[in-house]
Amino acid sequence: MHELSIAYATVRSLEEQLPGQQVLGVRLRVGVLAGVVPEALQFGWDIAISGTAMAGSALTIEHVPLPMACSVCEYVGLTGSPPPISCPACGAVAVPTAAGRELEIASVELADGPEPHDPNVRGSREQDEGVVNSVAEL
Amino acid sequence: MSRLVELRTAVLAHNDDLARALRADLAAAGAAAVNLLSSPGSGKTALLERLLTRARALEIPVAALTGDIATENDARRLARSGAPVRQVLTGGLCHLEADLVRDHLAGWLPADTRLLFVENVGNLVCPAAYDLGERVRVVLASVTEGEDKPIKYPAAYHWADLVILTKTDLAAACAFDESAFAAAVSSVAPGARVVRTSATSGEGVEELLQVLLELAGVAEAPGGRGQTPSVPGRDGERAGSVPVLAPGRR
Repeated sequence: MHELSIAYATVRSLEEQLPGQQVLGVRLRVGVLAGVVPEALQFGWDIAISGTAMAGSALTIEHVPLPMACSVCEYVGLTGSPPPISCPACGAVAVPTAAGRELEIASVELADGPEPHDPNVRGSREQDEGVVNSVAEL
Repeated sequence: MSRLVELRTAVLAHNDDLARALRADLAAAGAAAVNLLSSPGSGKTALLERLLTRARALEIPVAALTGDIATENDARRLARSGAPVRQVLTGGLCHLEADLVRDHLAGWLPADTRLLFVENVGNLVCPAAYDLGERVRVVLASVTEGEDKPIKYPAAYHWADLVILTKTDLAAACAFDESAFAAAVSSVAPGARVVRTSATSGEGVEELLQVLLELAGVAEAPGGRGQTPSVPGRDGERAGSVPVLAPGRR
């Protein structure tokens, strides 16, 4: 149950990256081996954002599937479960790589205001509606 | 109106940065950390006490941090080996993080340390997500836990450099199927080495120590010890502590 720590780390990271910005929504990408339970993270989120610039913001958790090319049965596609790194066709396990461990802040939805000073942060203006859908490919 | 900002930043970037710096600081001091992960009750502390005792007998400079939610019981047990030991109390936190490790090493870790053991909080889920600046990640499983533990906790095992089977003296009593365990390990951590140990009989302790020295890259030729001169004590620091691990550096 380290999801509360993950929530606090997310808040801290956003406060450092986007000081003074009002955050309306946060989208996280979570891999199959990140060891994060979405429900627990949602619960921890509401505690972690209390009293911060993220207070009241919505957390969206995007599950990142793990692609594999099975070395045993030649299946190509997403891994199955259990374990969540196994071939759904024959049960063989994907060779360890960094993939599966993703735990990253994909994007944030900010209230309109000044552009971020960080030139590395890419900004794009969106309509009020459909913000989440527009980043489905992230 | 609102706007969307793409970030793509790692949530644990702060921890990962600290861990990388710690790994480099330890390497510069000629040391390497070993992160020990397992479920509660798998025998981490008993085996570590045997390892520290054996290392001391061989005059290999070792030290240990031991993490628990409460009590200093484990530090007291490990200190019987004669090695420098320090308890990390997490106060409820279910895992260790790099800043906790760094803060407990600062001003304390003896300068001649080669192998630093970090006994994580007993838990196979949360600790797996945190890099502590270790050179070697080890997962322990006892024969009493069953053969399929690796499959149940794939995230802990998948990136392990070494798997230690503990309490092998109880294997027959538990009808433990070692080949099934080996298959389970290779199914989630292909290529990971498995060492069998018993803290009761001493089986595997010597082999484990040698494997750890090798994996940590701090194995030394005979007579090669003591190459790093101890440093004079500084204000507020224990004499001879590793100078690069300055307190409060973030």
